[in-house]
Amino acid sequence: MAWRYRTALQMEATAMERLLMAIVVLVGVPAIVGGYVVLVEKLLGLTPERARASIRPWLWLAPAVTLLTVFLVYPALRTALLSFYDASSTRFVGLANYVYIFTDKVMLMALRNNVIWLVFFTPITVTLGLLIAVLADRVPYESAIKAIIFLPMAISFVAAAVIWRFMYAFRPLGMEQMGTLNALFMATVPGFQPQTWLTNPPWNNLALIVVAVWVWAGFCMVVLSAGLKGIPRELLEAARVDGANEWQVFRRITVPMLGPTISVVTTTMLIFALKAFDIVYAMTNGNFDTEVIANRMYKEMFNFRSFGRASAIAVVLLVAIIPIMVVNIRRFRQQEEMR
Amino acid sequence: MSKATSVRPRPPASVPARMLALLQRGPLHIVIIFIALVWMVPTVGLLVSSFRPPHLVATTGWWTAFKPPFVFTLENYYRVLTTNNMGPSFINSLFVSIPATVIPILIAAFAAYAFAWMPFRGRDALFLIVVGLQVVPLQMTLIPILRLFTDLGLTGTFPAIWLAHTGYGLPLAIYLLRNFFGSLPREMLEASFIDGASPVTTFFRLVLPTSVPALASLAIFQFLWVWNDLLVALIYLGGQRSVAPMTVTVSNLVNSYGQDWQLLTAAAFISMLLPMIVFFSLQQYFVRGILAGSVKG
Repeated sequence: MAWRYRTALQMEATAMERLLMAIVVLVGVPAIVGGYVVLVEKLLGLTPERARASIRPWLWLAPAVTLLTVFLVYPALRTALLSFYDASSTRFVGLANYVYIFTDKVMLMALRNNVIWLVFFTPITVTLGLLIAVLADRVPYESAIKAIIFLPMAISFVAAAVIWRFMYAFRPLGMEQMGTLNALFMATVPGFQPQTWLTNPPWNNLALIVVAVWVWAGFCMVVLSAGLKGIPRELLEAARVDGANEWQVFRRITVPMLGPTISVVTTTMLIFALKAFDIVYAMTNGNFDTEVIANRMYKEMFNFRSFGRASAIAVVLLVAIIPIMVVNIRRFRQQEEMR
Repeated sequence: MSKATSVRPRPPASVPARMLALLQRGPLHIVIIFIALVWMVPTVGLLVSSFRPPHLVATTGWWTAFKPPFVFTLENYYRVLTTNNMGPSFINSLFVSIPATVIPILIAAFAAYAFAWMPFRGRDALFLIVVGLQVVPLQMTLIPILRLFTDLGLTGTFPAIWLAHTGYGLPLAIYLLRNFFGSLPREMLEASFIDGASPVTTFFRLVLPTSVPALASLAIFQFLWVWNDLLVALIYLGGQRSVAPMTVTVSNLVNSYGQDWQLLTAAAFISMLLPMIVFFSLQQYFVRGILAGSVKG
């Protein structure tokens, strides 16, 4: 047991190391990163004035582009390449992995379920987030409400899965229910039969989506609320003075002014619905017809060790996002013109 | 109305008038409080469960704790808090999370500023790629990046995990910030340039201060994701005790004792504390009117 003999001197050394680390973390890192653009502008001062405007954006983008290339573009390209190879990435198999994705029964089920996620999860989360952001904006206890809605985001998904398993727990009729939902309905709705929420397809997909909504509405609320605070109060007051009722103010001013933020949040939630993984993995692991593509990818990669198929699934995810992004760029262009 | 209120520069509405206003807005209060209560049920269930002994949690509903014989215990919290290495791993979590929040937000802000306010060739295409990268599944990047870190000798060091979280967080951060920067009034930035301010000055003096609500919301989420992350920490920090953050230590605790999942309920609340403090302290930046006064009528 070597650690027993660690001397006081060594202990002091670790304490010093930690202190040094704290300084690096709190002062060094922000100074270096923030200093980058100051340095860039100094360097630009040395270049001919005509060239500056065309060089500047690339220098401002350089750190982001470099990191994105290393951490996301390179792995994505490698994934695309591996998707044409077999399980151990040694033999070229053409489109076999893609054929598998669109013919295998479980994969088709996963694709269907992701459509269910897209159709239900995204609009419900964004609408609730917007509703809560707008309503909370009008009450004096706004921060308390926002904290409550935000709270689930701060819970790790494993703990969220633990508590939602208790929410959905099932005991046969006649036994004491330990699941919150069944107990609640048994107590309030006469003749209610206890439900097996998580094992009853296709409704169990909605049960999982409810958990995701519970977690992610907080995200939508916070981002939309940040946007909401950017709408000048005078604008809302002016409309009210002109006799607009609250619904008209919401419909004609708040929503259009929030438009760009709403579309950003919606896009993020669409991407989340495509990538839905944590909750499914922790609660049903895709059993009882709740499989989703990201969980399937995880299984192919870590359980079945089939890198080819896992990569092909990742590529399908990547391709699925393209139409969403194109719509987004169009919206951005329109905004730009209005600005 | 009392005398005390009448001396204030702007006297608030009288008590009956305020009561009336409150009553008229009754439905609003009812709806918002109802939503909040529904939202709290699972969290309260988790909180109550964290104070109950495991055998009761596994066999009875959490609300039965409020019926006699009122069995509560601090055992779960005690075991999590006294776990070997919990103190150092709390510090490690901070060492991981703070830079992994600051770096991506600053770098994303530079990029978002360029995307929103500097015209250049291929801007839309590049932006499309950046935002589209959100969809790259994290799991697919682990093996190639781990190999790279090992070659560079970065595995098991804090900078490795800072860079990794920065890379993963950038697409969403750039996307959100570009949206907010893009919605800043054009006149405001043009006025700054006409006054002879450099892009750096405009960025630090005008763009960042006026985007505080957006930066604050982004900071909350990036901090939260890094703070709660287990996967990235496990892979790139390589399970070394000296650098292990809380998530790794808690996960080891639960795994090494087998079926001790109930410790997760207590661990969830302990690890939730700091993100909630961050949330409350950033909450003050979610205020209206930061933009007010920056543009002339």
